Amino acid sequence: MSESRSSAASPADSGSPDVALAYESGVEVKARSQWAYVRMRFLRHRLAVASLIVLVLIGLVGVFAPQLAPYGYDEQNLDILIQGPTLEGWHLFGTDHLGRDYLSRVIFGIRTSLWVAIFVALLSTAIGTTVGALAGYYGGHVDNVLMRLTDLILTLPGLAVLLTASVYLGSGEPLKIGLILACLFWTAIARIVRGLFLSLREREFVEAARAAGASDLRIIVRHMLPNCLGPIIVNTTLVVAAAILVEAALSFLGFGIQPPSAALGKLVADGQAEGFELWWLVTFPGLVIVLIALCVNFVGDGLRDAFDPTQRRVRA
Amino acid sequence: MLSYVVRRLLYGVVVLVAASFLVFTFVSISGDPLAQLNVLPNASEQTKQNIIESKHLDDPVPVRYGYWVKDAVTNQFGTTLLGDRPILPDLWRVMKNTLQLVLIAELLAVLVAIGIGVHSARRQYSAFDYTATTFSFLGLATPLFWLALMLQVLVVQVLEHTGYKIFPIASLNSVDPGSGIHFALDRAHHLVLPVLVLMVASVASYSRYIRASMLEVMGSDYLRTARAKGLPERQVTMRHAFRNALVPLVTLVALSFGNLLGGAIVTETVFSLDGMGLYFVNNLRANDPYPVMAWLMVTATMIIVFNLVADIAYGFLDPRVRYE
Repeated sequence: MSESRSSAASPADSGSPDVALAYESGVEVKARSQWAYVRMRFLRHRLAVASLIVLVLIGLVGVFAPQLAPYGYDEQNLDILIQGPTLEGWHLFGTDHLGRDYLSRVIFGIRTSLWVAIFVALLSTAIGTTVGALAGYYGGHVDNVLMRLTDLILTLPGLAVLLTASVYLGSGEPLKIGLILACLFWTAIARIVRGLFLSLREREFVEAARAAGASDLRIIVRHMLPNCLGPIIVNTTLVVAAAILVEAALSFLGFGIQPPSAALGKLVADGQAEGFELWWLVTFPGLVIVLIALCVNFVGDGLRDAFDPTQRRVRA
Repeated sequence: MLSYVVRRLLYGVVVLVAASFLVFTFVSISGDPLAQLNVLPNASEQTKQNIIESKHLDDPVPVRYGYWVKDAVTNQFGTTLLGDRPILPDLWRVMKNTLQLVLIAELLAVLVAIGIGVHSARRQYSAFDYTATTFSFLGLATPLFWLALMLQVLVVQVLEHTGYKIFPIASLNSVDPGSGIHFALDRAHHLVLPVLVLMVASVASYSRYIRASMLEVMGSDYLRTARAKGLPERQVTMRHAFRNALVPLVTLVALSFGNLLGGAIVTETVFSLDGMGLYFVNNLRANDPYPVMAWLMVTATMIIVFNLVADIAYGFLDPRVRYE
């Protein structure tokens, strides 16, 4: 599989000497056409494009939450307690027994939950890529320590470790929860990047760069990393979905994000506390979680096909 | 083979020791059990002193870790921080309940997933295939706790509108379950919804894997041979393709044990089932490090054993894999 990936991304396979010359004169020229191919293949994946649009819309709702939400996050309206979903007064998601509007609460929840998920994805990708690249490039002791460390993390049930960590590190703030999640999520990406580096390290263009006197750092950053971008990006996307779900579970259990910050999982828990006769309080925040996770997964799927056309052909 | 198993087990012990030391240090440094004692409303100085004495709370962390290891090995993980309750009997009880729940759910999930996966692969791009794909994407995007809550909401709504309670939505048994067959039926009735919740995530991921590995096998040369020599299609898929497609599933199921425990934590909390997940969450809430440590060690051991079993099973099922 890694072979097909690297050949898809490798400049040498595209054949003609012109291309090789273009590659010599400047990486950008070749890279742009590679991205153009990726974009083209992604746009052909209609479900992924639709999901991306939905995600961008949800993201905008999160960013402009204070402007878009019809009511404040904690704003009470004692005239409409326990109101089911209704168009009247924009209480689309109903209100709870304190008269708080759940549409507004969900909108603020999206803001926090999405922020945390993206933060986790970026941070864990940064950590994982760095560690994986070092381990794959240098091998030996670095590699050994990394693999033993990931073994250690994989030995314990993930959710239990996260729960323990957030209890003892004093949770509640989105930033802290994000940091804790990232500390656990980086291992997957590290393994992937390590695997790619192990095979890339033996390739001729790396040898050529080394012969030309390039430093280790330059070889890693300029020559090897660009060849791993596809799998890294796909994985970052998938981490967003995983982080949304895990953060929701943590917040739901009361070990994640806590008031005054809003979070979708916490909203579900609040809804549960009010009893199942008020079904809308549980239903809508959860539906939004499902929608976000679903769209992120579809986008990730589309990206995988876009970056790795050979794999798709096997599957079809 | 034997030396391989022994080596893996030794390595597992090393990993366990390292993991336990890390977790113990982390828990002891960041959580202060003494603070827990100080907020106890009506504990005398003497009781606090006794607890500090018996748990060696005034010693440095590595020394405390030593005492903990001694307790864990010679005294069945010792007792809880407050109340001096032995840990292991509680842990056994909840383990039995959780294993019952998880094993039933996994068994059913594997059977359903095989059915869906094989059928999807045989009729690729059919309406069935697309429906199955859609549902597995949905299943993977749905938080288990929310699914559990929605089932509870459904039961409550049905109860409100028809006055009929289809399933119990909490605990493992009724207050008075009876005995023998009545007990078993009562338990089964209570387990329906939790099992359903746990199944969804497993079926969603397993069925995708089975479909993919079936498709991979379907394109192989020996299947063409089987068809060429005139075997009926049914025999080709069931006898030649299916068996080989199942091999990766063994590893997958064994490796998802950790995830399954995560699912159990959430499901048992929502349905308030007296299992490992709820036990863990309750002790975390009570800020008691000792049962939490014991729990983590027991589950880590199980995960290590499961991984080893998966690797050995893989060696038996696929003769190309050899261990030395």
